[in-house]
Amino acid sequence: MKHIVKLLILLVAVSAFWIGLLETVVPRSYAWLLPVYFIVSLGCYGLLMVGVGLMHFPTCPQEAVLLQKDIAEAKEFLKQRGVDVDYD
Amino acid sequence: MEINKNKYSIIVPTYNERLNIALLVYLVFKHLRDVDFEIIVVDDGSPDGTQEVVKQLQQVYGEDRILLRARPRKLGLGTAYVHGLKHASGNFVVIMDADLSHHPKYLPSFIRKQLETGASIVTGTRYVKGGGVHGWNLMRKLTSRGANVLAQTLLWPGVSDLTGSFRLYRKSVLEDVISSCVSKGYVFQMEMIVRASRKRYHIEEVPITFVDRVYGSSKLGGSEIVEYLKGLAYLLVST
Repeated sequence: MKHIVKLLILLVAVSAFWIGLLETVVPRSYAWLLPVYFIVSLGCYGLLMVGVGLMHFPTCPQEAVLLQKDIAEAKEFLKQRGVDVDYD
Repeated sequence: MEINKNKYSIIVPTYNERLNIALLVYLVFKHLRDVDFEIIVVDDGSPDGTQEVVKQLQQVYGEDRILLRARPRKLGLGTAYVHGLKHASGNFVVIMDADLSHHPKYLPSFIRKQLETGASIVTGTRYVKGGGVHGWNLMRKLTSRGANVLAQTLLWPGVSDLTGSFRLYRKSVLEDVISSCVSKGYVFQMEMIVRASRKRYHIEEVPITFVDRVYGSSKLGGSEIVEYLKGLAYLLVST
């Protein structure tokens, strides 16, 4: 089953639930606004996830230093064996 | 410890990576002792002499360990992998960038993970503990994170790093997945891993660090966001 089909089925199920709510328990005015609340909450959740992820974005400054060491070591080795590493 | 009888074909597409390819090859040989592997350089007609440097490297390390399978001009990343695959004699294939943002020191951890779990695909992730990036400004981190959240919400891909391209594949799995992918550029990387996930291949992740390239110029350009959104939409409906 394609992913989009899965998502559409989920959407249909949630919509059916919402329509059910419209007809019965919840006062009409609130029920009509539920989709709006849902979308806004989803948006907020997304922004929160981006923010949290940004705060905890793993960084590795020490890797840049190690890389420079590796580059120097590689250039040394290759130069001795006739590989042209003087290009910059 | 059991001897690893697998052979690993490392496919490296290059365009104007004259210095980086030499450094990369040195580091691969340094970190993969006691492993049977070959490096397949798919160069798209680089004008800076990349192929000459590869030939010098062949003199040092042997033509059976370093294969140069060039193409006449820039023909795209996806087809570069397909081209490399045709010449791969290993039963596993590693794809990685030539610019040292993918450090060969992680190759043993990819191999170890695959041996431990029997996975069909091991993908490197920059976004978990033990992984990371360096050289990214706030804007780049923001777009990366935003793109990732969007993709996770829409696609449920089952991996934490969708656009990464440092991966180990069982050769037969790569052949299967690549034949059904049509995107270009980094969306192609996303399509590969999403299709693999949909086909229920066993995928494992290992943390990797990604240091922004030191030498040469990045192939990453301008209208990325639009391309990315188009790619997401395509993946949403076709996978």
